[in-house]
Amino acid sequence: MTSVPHPEITPLTEPYWTALDQGRLTYQRCSSCSHTWLPAREQCPRCLAEEPAWTEASGGGKLISWVVYRRAVHESFNDKVPYTVAVVELDEGPRLISSLLPNGVPSIDAPLRFRPATVDGIGVTSFELAD
Amino acid sequence: MRGNTVIAGIGHTAYGKLPGRSTTSLNVEASRKAIQDAGIDKSDIDAVFVKYPTSSYRMMYGQTVAEALGLQPRIGGVWDQGGATNISMISYAAMAIEHGQCEVALVTIADNPRTGTRQAYERGWGDDAVYGWFGTPAGYAMIARRHMEEYGTSCADLGEIAVAARTHALTNPHAQLKRPLTLDDHAASPAVVDPLRRDDCCLISDGGAAVIVMSRKRAAARGIPSAVPILGFGQGQTSWDVAQRPVLTTTAASVSARTAFGMAGMTPADIDVAQLYDCFTIAPLMTLEDYGFCEKGEGGKFVRDGAIRLGGPLPVNTSGGLLSETGMPGMQLVIEGVRQIRGTSTAQVAGADACIVSNQGGIMTTHSTLILGDR
Repeated sequence: MTSVPHPEITPLTEPYWTALDQGRLTYQRCSSCSHTWLPAREQCPRCLAEEPAWTEASGGGKLISWVVYRRAVHESFNDKVPYTVAVVELDEGPRLISSLLPNGVPSIDAPLRFRPATVDGIGVTSFELAD
Repeated sequence: MRGNTVIAGIGHTAYGKLPGRSTTSLNVEASRKAIQDAGIDKSDIDAVFVKYPTSSYRMMYGQTVAEALGLQPRIGGVWDQGGATNISMISYAAMAIEHGQCEVALVTIADNPRTGTRQAYERGWGDDAVYGWFGTPAGYAMIARRHMEEYGTSCADLGEIAVAARTHALTNPHAQLKRPLTLDDHAASPAVVDPLRRDDCCLISDGGAAVIVMSRKRAAARGIPSAVPILGFGQGQTSWDVAQRPVLTTTAASVSARTAFGMAGMTPADIDVAQLYDCFTIAPLMTLEDYGFCEKGEGGKFVRDGAIRLGGPLPVNTSGGLLSETGMPGMQLVIEGVRQIRGTSTAQVAGADACIVSNQGGIMTTHSTLILGDR
């Protein structure tokens, strides 16, 4: 059984994945203009300032869209189909790709709640519908 | 700029599965046919624009192709905007000609993902691969879902895009798919990544295609009878990552079309026939909206009842498009646009004298527009 592709841990992304290993979802905030984003970058994509700060997210978000894989593209997901991948917008603004848990019928802009998860021992995000 | 340059020649290889052929050889064959079609001499060409092949990325591949053609261009190179590349290269060629950088440009593409590797279409999206986020179809499915939820676009609306393309392909001798397709067939085709089914996805094909661009004046002086004027072009681009788009359901097509229509001095009402990049059925449906053929969200309604089939008010993808003619990323649509204006399509729109062509790359990431016409 092939393992899922692991994220590339670099000095830039290490704080994000370490926080997820601890069950915490974090995002970056610009120290200069307060813009917020994911994934990790060296500079603010709005004002281009250096040294953004990591901030813990509230865990609330909304569902922008989602897809259901009916067949696996990568063999490590052969036993996981059907599975759902979503674009999630956090209450604080950043958008990310995440797994969506099957707890109800999804609809666009539905409120979501972060649920810490692990895949092959790596801390990852998952979200469920917040009723 | 409007109408100052023309497409003077077109050429393409066979489409489908072409084992044992290198992309360089396919580029040379397509170029030879375009040169013959234009009735020019190879030595007239002083610019070579080449799309990189997805099946193997090689440094300075444009120079490899020029060398195989026995040419030493004044200007050219390899360009990468994914599927938007071909029309963008045609527009750069036109601008270079206009500004005296070259006189006769060859624009060529060849790729062999069918017998080579389709890895480019199946790769994981960076660190998000840990969630199973893989492949080009899923990116389009993400956009399609939002469009369906927000505007009520249905599986049958997407199916009509596929059925219209297949219907047109049936009369095209070069088309890869010749089996008739119905809306029921489309709805019954296997789910790939919801909400997209197999018949929402384009072919993956080997092949090459090329066009010759020169000034209208030069084409007239050379007595090239079937030169087709370039009336307008434009481009637009958005984020690499689908998750980073502020709005999923409007694409860079709207920006690209505004520039192209502005240059041509035309509006959607002036267009007789359209060749719209259909890597997935959702793409041409949204392009119809973003180009202004209908309101945002009305693409599904627009395509119903045969409107985009031959005989309808706006026939779309009259050679079968990426869905049914060949999966080549975009040049076949330009070639069909040229045929429509020449009056030589196998699904000819009577009296067509303005055709709009779209190319797009990535997950609706890059877009380019070309307006061809007689006027």
